[in-house]
Amino acid sequence: MITWPLPRSFRRHPVRPPDSGIARRKSIWERLHLDPWLLAMLLVLMASGLIVLYSASGQRIEVVIAQATRFGLALVVMFTLAQLSPTTFLRWAPLAYGVGLAMLVAVEIVGDIGMGAKRWLEIPGVIRFQPSEMMKLAVPLMVSAYLNRCQLPPRLRDLVVCAIIIGVPVVLTAIQPDLGTSLLIASAAVLVVLLAGLSWRLIAFFAALAGAALPLLWMNMHNYQRQRVLTFLDPDSDPLGSGWNIIQSTTAIGSGGIWGKGWLEGTQSQLEFLPERHTDFIIAVLGEEFGLVGMTVLLVLYTLIISRGLWLAAGSQATFGRLFAGSIILTFFIYVFVNVGMVSGILPVVGVPLPLVSYGGTSSVTLLAGFGILMSIHAHRRLLSR
Amino acid sequence: MRKRRDTLKNAEQELRIFRVRSLLAIVFVLILTGVLTGRLAYLQIVQHDLYTTRSEKNRVRVEPLPPTRGLIFDRNGVLLAENRPTYNLTLVRERVDDLDETLALLVELLELPEEEIEAFNVRSRQRQRPFQPALLMSDLSEDQIARLAVNRHRLPGVEVEAQLLRYYPDSEIMSHALGYVGRINADELKELDTGRYAGTHFIGKTGVERFYEEELHGEAGFRKVETNARGRVLRELGRTDPVPGQNLTLTLDKSMQALAYELMDGRRGSIVAIMPATGEILAMVSTPGFDTNQFVTGIDVASYRGLQEDIDLPLFNRAIRGHYPAGSTIKPFMALAGLIEGAITPDTTINDPGYYQLPNDSRRYRNWLRWGHGRVNLERALAVSNNTYFYSLAHDLGIDNIHEQLSNFGFGQRVAFDVQGESTGLLPSREWKRERFNQAWYPGETLSVGIGQGYLQITPLQLASATATLANRGHWVKPHLARRIGGEPLPEVLPDTLDDIQLSNDGWWDRVFSGMEKVLSGSEGTARRTGAGLEYRMGGKSGTAQVFSLGQDQRYNADQLEERLRDHALFMAFAPIEDPQIAVSVIVENAGGGSTHAAHLARAMTDAWLLRDQAPEAEEILDEMNDESTGVEGN
Repeated sequence: MITWPLPRSFRRHPVRPPDSGIARRKSIWERLHLDPWLLAMLLVLMASGLIVLYSASGQRIEVVIAQATRFGLALVVMFTLAQLSPTTFLRWAPLAYGVGLAMLVAVEIVGDIGMGAKRWLEIPGVIRFQPSEMMKLAVPLMVSAYLNRCQLPPRLRDLVVCAIIIGVPVVLTAIQPDLGTSLLIASAAVLVVLLAGLSWRLIAFFAALAGAALPLLWMNMHNYQRQRVLTFLDPDSDPLGSGWNIIQSTTAIGSGGIWGKGWLEGTQSQLEFLPERHTDFIIAVLGEEFGLVGMTVLLVLYTLIISRGLWLAAGSQATFGRLFAGSIILTFFIYVFVNVGMVSGILPVVGVPLPLVSYGGTSSVTLLAGFGILMSIHAHRRLLSR
Repeated sequence: MRKRRDTLKNAEQELRIFRVRSLLAIVFVLILTGVLTGRLAYLQIVQHDLYTTRSEKNRVRVEPLPPTRGLIFDRNGVLLAENRPTYNLTLVRERVDDLDETLALLVELLELPEEEIEAFNVRSRQRQRPFQPALLMSDLSEDQIARLAVNRHRLPGVEVEAQLLRYYPDSEIMSHALGYVGRINADELKELDTGRYAGTHFIGKTGVERFYEEELHGEAGFRKVETNARGRVLRELGRTDPVPGQNLTLTLDKSMQALAYELMDGRRGSIVAIMPATGEILAMVSTPGFDTNQFVTGIDVASYRGLQEDIDLPLFNRAIRGHYPAGSTIKPFMALAGLIEGAITPDTTINDPGYYQLPNDSRRYRNWLRWGHGRVNLERALAVSNNTYFYSLAHDLGIDNIHEQLSNFGFGQRVAFDVQGESTGLLPSREWKRERFNQAWYPGETLSVGIGQGYLQITPLQLASATATLANRGHWVKPHLARRIGGEPLPEVLPDTLDDIQLSNDGWWDRVFSGMEKVLSGSEGTARRTGAGLEYRMGGKSGTAQVFSLGQDQRYNADQLEERLRDHALFMAFAPIEDPQIAVSVIVENAGGGSTHAAHLARAMTDAWLLRDQAPEAEEILDEMNDESTGVEGN
């Protein structure tokens, strides 16, 4: 069935005597395979998200209920994944990657065209989803699994293999075209390689290479993508067209001041000047209504979640778990940074939602699935190390 | 064993690498979070004021509240200009998904010709503030409104807006006197106080509407409203109500105006009637008229060209801009000039052989009656309209005195207080001729002016105004159209009123009046047929004005000339003589057959004003005139 040489790979890992765990009675959290701190912070984040969403949706409670339902579903996915052993993920990685790749190809052939890009795959009446979303997890999973077999820091041959594993889905996603997602997939996977110990010389080399490739990227961009970049550089050049979003979002945030205009009191948000206010630009609603204080609290919460996640990743003794968990949590940060950066006008507008706050089902499920795997890795660290 | 050691060492090394890298990652995360926080602090603290202003500007819109234009009534309170609600089609581009499709659908729904798409395109693409509606079409019909309502769901961004539009119930009768409003054009926009005219689309273009624009317009109000991004008004934050324009009561009498218009019976010409005691203009008609209402909504090109190219010049306001030779209607004023200057007394007589000759000149200046009127005094000269008497008088007076005295009666200048676009006419003088032709004044030209020909050109309004002054025994009252502005009457003495005219013997007025009465009531009077059956004492003077001058001793047959080369018929009159209530001037272009036509119309006007309900209707008068043979009644 699965030809992956598991035992060998496990034997490589060090046998560390557990500190004290085995002897001690397992707590309820340990039995549930959940990290209480991380879970608590995620729940606080989601609850805050729902409060902001109520305001951002124009006070439509049904939107909040729909989002809460998705959170519920996503939490179930997280809990379920947390129960599985990391071994399972390791074993399934190639399968998930292969299936994902096949679906990306399928999208290219039979995919639905929505908003000018082929992104969706639909089995009529059953399900409709974006395979690229799944690849956000499947690609770093695959790279982690591959590097798990190798000696670290990775040698050149391993890096070439990694580059192929990463490159194929990234290119397939980019030609949909969905540059934002393809870059996120790439960065999640590249983070795995970085965490695995890519040498600084190579990092510098690739950074230089990327810089040199920028003009090439520009030449291959679609017009609307170039427009976004141009608008980012000078939003006032087209205030009613593509600059509208960024002008309105910075206006919303800036007018919020230190303390904000108060919940449900933001004129930019409530009077619909702010576009995409309950999805990608929801942070502007928070900024307008809760001010710098609310923004800082949110950023601190995100930082705490990321720190806790990295802490948990570092606690794992298995290479696979560490790399994957680390990549998940840092990707989470990239989402936050890119989203807040674009809404506040220091990054170009790319379609990246604010994790667990923006309205939307797929991304919540993907994110909490990632946290589920992270918790599984944490909860099963002793299991792995045995 | 060694291998195991290696793997162990490797594992430790891997863990160490990972921990170093995650530590770096945390540092990186903190730095980037710091960058974000810095950016947010910059927006929310440093630039807070800027963005607060921006967000207020977004949210709060100042909307002008245009004032309601004042209504215009005639002297009896009959509504002459009102504001009617009409429905306009507007479009907000930002809310339209597919502009071309929407425009095509509108053209289809409104059943407009295909060419309208182009016009729609132009109007809808005019650059303006975001979310400002662009006007596509005004004055929708009930049917069109209904069809738009049914298809509303297919037309996002398209609205039907109610608007008050000027409407003139008797537009043709009132066309020139009242004028009309029209859309503010680019030139007018440059001159306007944009604050006062915010939200106002119309401005008075001609006539009373133009002259009293300031009073009729009122003051614009404003309201601050909160709007959402789609421009929908959510609530009002504050407002200053507009001050509606003042209502205007005119001196015009709609029934007199209507009568005058009907009397003209489609001919070209003008009738002006003034109350001598007050200077109130009762009627001021120029025919043909036109429907001013079509100028309010914007006249279509074809109709406008039709009006412009009409040979009868319906857009031309003859009453105030038409230049006519005064003809013999100048004679009473010439007589008064002679009395004032002492060139004649009422008892001065001359002998008329049928012509006049200047000393040392063989040229004969003819009386209209070839064989002459014999002995003629002032009264008879007026009654029979003797030319020789006035040639002689003109020669005695000289052009300088004539110019001075006639200008005292208002000729050669604008006479009315509030008549927009009045022309000065032409009262010739030596200086004028030198300037105009660089020629000296010839004595023969003085003779022409003496019988109202030559260079002299008057407007119907000037003739009526001079007649009123004459009827007033020289007391000047400036003619005007407004009676009350917003309930306030006009000042008794209007600015720039001319000085009263004094005769050395006040009884001489009666002698002039007597001559004028004999025009209508005397056995020799040139308008004796018109004067038949008068129930009051009426004074008048007939006149015919040659359209082109004829050579010496040349007679012409009216039938041989084109209708348009026939003489103009003029008449000036006032009544009753002892207490003048009305002064009238009538000019019928190319009437032919002497002055009878104009005299009949003048009498119809005085009858209507003095006898009220007993006066004959316009139709009866016209029928009677058609039955009469147009016998020669003189000059």
